[in-house]
Amino acid sequence: MQKIIKDREIVDDNWQHLDDEAALVAGNITVSITRWQEQHETLSQHEDGLGIRLSGDDPLEEIVPDLARFQLIVLLFPAFTDGRCYSYARLLRDRYQFKGEIRAQGDVLYDQLFYMSQCGINSFELANPDHLTQALAAFDDFSDSYQATVLRPVPLYRRR
Amino acid sequence: MYQYDKYDQTMIDQRVAQFRDQTRRFLAGELTEEQFRPLRLMNGLYIQIHAPMLRVAVPYGMMSSRQVRKIAEVARRYDKGFVHFTTRQNFQMNWPKLEDVPDILAELATVQMHAIQSSGNCIRNTTSDQLAGVNANEIEDPRPWAEMIRQWSTFHPEFAYLPRKFKIAVVGSKEDRAATKLHDIGLHLVKNHEGDVGFEVLVGGGLGRTPIIGEQIRPFLEKQDLLSYLEAIVRVYNRLGRRDNKYKARIKITVREHGINHIRELVEAEWVHIRDQLKLDTKEIERVKQYFTEPAYERDAADSDSSFADLVAQDKEFALWVKQNTAEHKVPGYSAVYVSLKKPGQAPGDITSEQLEVVADLADEFSFSEVRSTHTQNLVFADVKQADLYALWLRLNAEDLATPNINTLTDIICCPGLDYCGLANATSIPLSKGIAQRFDDLDYLHDLGDIKIKFSGCMNGCAHQSVGHIGILGVDKKGEEWYQFTLGGSSEADASLGERLGRAIPKADVVDTVAHLLDAYIDLRHEDESFLATVRRVGVDPFKERVYAEDH
Repeated sequence: MQKIIKDREIVDDNWQHLDDEAALVAGNITVSITRWQEQHETLSQHEDGLGIRLSGDDPLEEIVPDLARFQLIVLLFPAFTDGRCYSYARLLRDRYQFKGEIRAQGDVLYDQLFYMSQCGINSFELANPDHLTQALAAFDDFSDSYQATVLRPVPLYRRR
Repeated sequence: MYQYDKYDQTMIDQRVAQFRDQTRRFLAGELTEEQFRPLRLMNGLYIQIHAPMLRVAVPYGMMSSRQVRKIAEVARRYDKGFVHFTTRQNFQMNWPKLEDVPDILAELATVQMHAIQSSGNCIRNTTSDQLAGVNANEIEDPRPWAEMIRQWSTFHPEFAYLPRKFKIAVVGSKEDRAATKLHDIGLHLVKNHEGDVGFEVLVGGGLGRTPIIGEQIRPFLEKQDLLSYLEAIVRVYNRLGRRDNKYKARIKITVREHGINHIRELVEAEWVHIRDQLKLDTKEIERVKQYFTEPAYERDAADSDSSFADLVAQDKEFALWVKQNTAEHKVPGYSAVYVSLKKPGQAPGDITSEQLEVVADLADEFSFSEVRSTHTQNLVFADVKQADLYALWLRLNAEDLATPNINTLTDIICCPGLDYCGLANATSIPLSKGIAQRFDDLDYLHDLGDIKIKFSGCMNGCAHQSVGHIGILGVDKKGEEWYQFTLGGSSEADASLGERLGRAIPKADVVDTVAHLLDAYIDLRHEDESFLATVRRVGVDPFKERVYAEDH
C-alpha cells in the first residue's frame, strides 16, 4: 500500500483514485470533477469514503454546494511550478470551510510542503516516495509567517 | 530606516538554513537542476555565462552604512571586489561560487539583508522613490507602506509559484521616480476630495517584449485596506494568469486579454471576502512608521551658513555638480545628493568595494548613516547639510563618484548584456561606455539637458529601453549584433512607450546614430525645449530622416 504524509505523519494511503472509465469499487474512492458531475446520483450512493480530484483548470466554485459530500479533495499539481491550487486550498479552507482532508498529488516535492501546509493542504503524495521521512522536516522550515495563513489565521502584524 | 525585530531576524536566519540545505542536496545530487532552479531563483541566484549571479534585495533602496560596509566586504571576499546596482534598486554580484552562496547569505543576514524573492515567479522586491521622505512635494512618505508590502509579500505561502514574476512599486508624490506605471502593480499615495490620503492603484504595467502602461484599477483605496487589496489582485492573477506561454504570463497580458473592467470586477469580488480579515490596524501602521521618522535636522541650517552660496559662486566645477547632482530637500539648508555610478568608461551601476567603503564613511559623516539606491542605478545621500556639500563633493570626486551627469545623456541605464547575461543577444555595456566617452564634454551635456538613454541587450528589456527618451535594444540577426532604436518613451508621471525610429542599426554605427539624433534635436528644439518634448512635438520622422539620410 502506498505511503503518504498526513497531518505530519507517514501513514498508509487507504484511498483509490478511479479513472473515469474504471468500474466503481467498494472502499474509499476519488473521482474526477467530470465524473462527479456526470454521475452525481450514483456516486452519492457510495457507502465508503468519497473524494474529488481538482486541477487548476477545474472550476472550483461549481462543486462548492457539494463539498459536504466529500471526505477528501485531491489537488493536482501537474508541475510543481503550477501554483494555482495553493489558492484553491486557501479558498476551500478559509471561504468554504472545508474540514475534510485536502491532499496534494502530482509533482509534490519536499521544498513545497511548508507553503502547501500553510495554505491548508494536510496530506501529501510525494513525487518521490523515498523522500517521505526526510520531508517531515520541511514543515518546520519556518517557525512563523508574516501573513494570515490557514494554520496561523492571525497575521503577524496583529500579534506584534 | 526599518530595523528587524526578533520575528524578522528569525525568518531570514531560517531562510539561510533552508537554502543551505537545498544547496547541499543539489550538490549531493538529491535535487535535479530543474528542481533546484526555482529554489535558487527565489534566493536571487541565477546561473549565468561565467558563473552564478546573485541578486541581493535592497528593499525600496534603503541601506544603512553598516549594510554598505558589509556589501563591500562580501564583494571583496566572495567576488571580484565590486557590485552592480540594478534598475530595481537591488545589487548583483557576478562571480560568486555556488557553494559559497549560503555563507554569503548568512553574512548578509547579520546586517538584516537577504536575497529573498529577488528572482523567480513570485513577488519581487518592492521599490520606491529615492527621495521618499525628503522631497517637498510629497503627499506622504511611501516607505512605511513599502515595508508593510515587503513583509506581506515575503514568503507568502499562496504566491510562491505565480504564472510569472510580479513587481510592485509605490510612490508618495506626483513626480514618479520609480516607474510605477510600468510595474505589475503601481501604487500612488493620493489625497481624495475629503482630504484623506489613500492609494491610487494601477495594474498591468510592464516592460519586456510587450511593453504596456498600467491601468487604473481603483482610484482610491483606504490605507488600512492595502494588503487585502493586493492579496485580492494577486489571487485573481494566480488563478487566471496564463501558464501555457511564459511570454504571455505577466499580469499585463491577463489584463489585456480580459480587459481592465473584468479584472476589476473579479478583484473587487474577491476583496469583499478578505477585506476585514486583513485590515491593517493603527498599531501596526504606527509601529512601522516610527522607523521612518525624520532625522535630527538642524532647523537653522539655512540661516547659519553662508559658505555654501560663496563656494557655488567661486567654484564653477562645484556649482555644476550642485546643479546637476543634488536635489531640493524639504528642509531649508539641506539637499539630497546623487552619487553618480555613471562615470564615462565604467559600466553603469558598478561600484567597487573601496568606493562602497568611502560611501559608508561619507554617509556616517554627512547623511545620518543612510544611503539609498535609485531606479536609475545611482546612489543617493538623502539628508546632507548644504554647508557640508563642498567637503562631500571633494571626497566623492576623489573616488570618481562625482561625475556631474545625473539625468543627462551619459546617465545611461544599461543591463549587463551579452558580456555577462545568458539571455542577452547583444552587448550593451561596451556601447554604453562608447556613448558616454564620445559625449563627455560637460558643457555639451548640460546644454542637451535631460535625456534618458536606456540600453538593453535583449527583448527582455532589463534596462527599460521602451521607455527611454532614446531606447536602444540589442537584437541578434544571423549571429550579428544589431540595434533597434526607439524615441520618445518615458517611465515617469507622463509615461509613454517609445516609437520605433526605423530599421535596426549595425553595431559600428550605434554611437554615430546617437550623435545624429542629438544634432537633429539641437536643430529642431525650441528654446528650452527638452529632448522628450521635442520628439513629442515633431514626431520621429525628422529624426529618422537625419539618421537614415545617407541611404537616400
